[in-house]
Amino acid sequence: MEYGFTTAAYVVAAVLFIQSLGGLSGQESAKRAVWYGIVGMALAVAATLYGPGAGNWLISLVMVAVGGVIGWYVAQRVQMTEMPQLVAAMHSLVGLAAVFIGFNTHIELTAIAGMDEAARQALTGFAAKVAEKTAVEVAILRVETFLGVFIGAVTFTGSVIAFGKLAGKVDGKAKKLPGGHALNAGAAIISLVLLFVYLQSGSTLALLVMTLAALFIGYHLIMGIGGADMPVVVSMLNSYSGWAAAAIGFSLSNDLLIVVGALVGSSGAILSYIMCKAMNRSFISVILGGFGGTTGPAMEVTGEQIAIDAEGVAAALNDADSVIIIPGYGMAVAQAQQSVSELTRKLRAKGKNVRFAIHPVAGRLPGHMNVLLAEAKVPYDIVLEMDEINEDFPETDVAIVIGSNDIVNPAAQEDPNSPIAGMPVLECWKAKQVFVSKRGQGTGYSGIENPLFFKENTRMFYGDAKKSIDQLLPMID
Amino acid sequence: MKIGAPREIFEGENRVAMTPDSVQALAKLGHTAVVEAGAGAKAGFTDAAYQAAGAEVVKDAKAVFAAADVVVKVRGPEASEAKLLKQGQTLISFFWPAQNAELLEQVAKQGATVVAMDMVPRISRAQKMDALSSMANIAGYRAVIEAGNNFGRFFTGQVTAAGKIPPAKVLIVGAGVAGLAAIGTSVSLGAITYAFDVRPEVAEQIESMGAEFVFLEFEQTQDGAATGGYAAPSSPEFREKQLAKFRELAPDIDIVITTALIPGRPAPKLWTEDMVGMMKRGSVIVDLAAERGGNCDLTVPDQKIVTDNGVTIVGYTDFPSRMAAQASTLYATNIRHMLTDLTPKKDGVIHHNMEDDVIRGATVAHEGAVTYPPPPPKIAAIAAAKPKEKPKELTPEEKRAQEAAAFKKQTRDQVAMLVVGGGLILLAGLYAPASFMSHFIVFVLSVYVGVQVIWNVSHSLHTPLMAVTNAISSIIILGALMQIGSGNWLVVILAALSVFMAGINIFGGFMVTRRMLAMFQKS
Repeated sequence: MEYGFTTAAYVVAAVLFIQSLGGLSGQESAKRAVWYGIVGMALAVAATLYGPGAGNWLISLVMVAVGGVIGWYVAQRVQMTEMPQLVAAMHSLVGLAAVFIGFNTHIELTAIAGMDEAARQALTGFAAKVAEKTAVEVAILRVETFLGVFIGAVTFTGSVIAFGKLAGKVDGKAKKLPGGHALNAGAAIISLVLLFVYLQSGSTLALLVMTLAALFIGYHLIMGIGGADMPVVVSMLNSYSGWAAAAIGFSLSNDLLIVVGALVGSSGAILSYIMCKAMNRSFISVILGGFGGTTGPAMEVTGEQIAIDAEGVAAALNDADSVIIIPGYGMAVAQAQQSVSELTRKLRAKGKNVRFAIHPVAGRLPGHMNVLLAEAKVPYDIVLEMDEINEDFPETDVAIVIGSNDIVNPAAQEDPNSPIAGMPVLECWKAKQVFVSKRGQGTGYSGIENPLFFKENTRMFYGDAKKSIDQLLPMID
Repeated sequence: MKIGAPREIFEGENRVAMTPDSVQALAKLGHTAVVEAGAGAKAGFTDAAYQAAGAEVVKDAKAVFAAADVVVKVRGPEASEAKLLKQGQTLISFFWPAQNAELLEQVAKQGATVVAMDMVPRISRAQKMDALSSMANIAGYRAVIEAGNNFGRFFTGQVTAAGKIPPAKVLIVGAGVAGLAAIGTSVSLGAITYAFDVRPEVAEQIESMGAEFVFLEFEQTQDGAATGGYAAPSSPEFREKQLAKFRELAPDIDIVITTALIPGRPAPKLWTEDMVGMMKRGSVIVDLAAERGGNCDLTVPDQKIVTDNGVTIVGYTDFPSRMAAQASTLYATNIRHMLTDLTPKKDGVIHHNMEDDVIRGATVAHEGAVTYPPPPPKIAAIAAAKPKEKPKELTPEEKRAQEAAAFKKQTRDQVAMLVVGGGLILLAGLYAPASFMSHFIVFVLSVYVGVQVIWNVSHSLHTPLMAVTNAISSIIILGALMQIGSGNWLVVILAALSVFMAGINIFGGFMVTRRMLAMFQKS
């Protein structure tokens, strides 16, 4: 009876979670959707507490309450530019929890193996369920537990490193230990061998060593990936945290965990896929880190970068009828979104058509730019995706590039030998005039010279993005 | 440094090399300016305007040459002016060093540096100081206006109460800068405009200006890119073909504007006497190549003549000077850009960098030596036109066949995936116990649902999506809650920690998602 009720609650919760994700297809429905998620979660937790296997209510509730207060506090305080770090940090918690739960399963399993028949009968809750299992089921349980711990551990260290890189606490450049990917492959092979050892013997040592190997893989894999590939990494870790939950769900025979784990896992996988496609790179090449695969000498860039001052930009903006702004990670770094929003407001007040073009991999998180602009109160209906706006550049008077580089690099289309050849880019150079707000003359993340900066209709507006835009504001009349 | 502009003494020259605007711009580079009294009078700039802009006005050219470190002029120096140049002084003007070798020798001997505006290399970086182009642009415009002045009819066609007026037909020969400017002006006045050029790669530019490219069927075409973007002499066969085409057009055309020039050679004769004879009475020919002998057989340089059959032939050579205000503004800007490149630090100190392609190319005398001709520039002027591959037009049958093939391939792929996937699951089912399989079904279906749902998520909501999936992946708390009731203290501790971490995630994830979504506002 009790068990039936819990299952029913799980079904409702699963539907609510699916609704919650489905609701994110539009900005307005998303506001409703997040409540579905909250209700689903509350229902699932309540049903589990009420259902079989739960105990120590007091500890559970206290822990949830304490964790909840911390989570609430962090969520209220976090800056929108810090979202990538926050998301990465949260992934690490899920990963670590998966490791702990996997270990618990292992401990219960070992304890039960040592019990006699009478003691097994006396068991309650989760342990009782484990005790009922046949030999084949126990073997499967071991595989599931092992997998859950493995994925959880990779997610944990990977997310911690990703957090460090995004927060600037770890050097954002791609770094590898001597030996490179051979180390990762070695660790993975060791883990595979240990899986068979564990399957045969159920040895605690095998599980521990594997955990260490997995922690190393997570650390080393993400250390080897550079800052601009972080959108892919974060969505990949998102996916892993889902698969870890699903694996734990299998080992605990809990369908809701499996359902949600699968939802989150596939969501992260799709996001990674979208990001990779936007960079025209395979998932493997992103994970292996660095750009590669040039097929010949890069096309020579001719011409010079011509600088312009704020007066020149302001004059062009005052004359323009249509303006497209292309923000990138540089805008986030300079915290310039408020100034950009103010500029947009002023230009729109003069009846100009101002729009934003967002490349899928702009920033350090999928959709990062959208959130920043939304925070600065830029209406979302003038913030457009690459595919929606790319054809409009030829009819645009002024395109302003703020802190982005590779995503506006014409070499992707013009130079078949470029490392980024074939990557879809925003064709801002087709606008009548392009202004690039940039700190200095350096190349972007990929280290590729950007011919856009040398085009005849491009003017370089050097300086910190926020200061540059603030300089412009009083000159727009 | 002091930049000085004397009055132009060449007969009929109205332009001036410095304008009040450029005086102000030069001040930003750290330079001061000195101007001869009345220098800008014919171009419409008064001495008072120069003074207001911060320039010093002196009474004669001698004073300018004495005071200035850099002398800027439009026309090359006359002998009297050349004598005034001092050791270490820089002259920036048109110079035509090939035609004025003796003068160049003399100036170099005096120790002056000469930057010839006509020698600025044709590379994209130097376009801002390409005075030939800016003057050609004016010439092209003015040529159409001059033609209209001598043409007794409208350019544009009209249907009025007083009758129907046919539009004028204009042929422009040579689509360089002047030709393209003429095309633009003529098209905007409403004439039916045709244009011809020996370089097939400019056809696109001609058509982009709204004129019709006069197409010549000819196999051997030359690559204009190899000659720095200028035209090169054509073969006799080609010339014959070309003239035949013009003869065919001549009776219909009302206005001919010829702009064909080949560097270092007399202008090619493209509009022969018999063509002029075929033209209608009242037609106009404007020959922009008159200075170099003219493209038309009958052109008389610097004069306007009317032939026996009533065709007006304009052979003026001073079109830019006839629009002195405009020409001076553009030329002064060209000069200012040249000075910007010569003053890299913007501190008023001229640094004559002979390593720089543009400066090296334009400098014809430096430190007592003649530096003409310059070595060839390192950069090609314009990219060679690559033959365009036209995408093959598919017949409807081919299209249908392609679609059918694509559909078949898709079906095959899908069926293969289903068979392989299904087979694997069946295989697993043979060995795995039923309890595992029931969970497995749930798992596979959930992945499927997940994929379907997530594809619809709007791109702009990807960050909230990540935050919310983060929150719900804390569903892992259920596992911890199920274990926390265990009798083993280690299990309880680990489970409690997991509950704690998941708790952070649930609240943090949902709260931050809500915060983000609340920010998205419609305008």
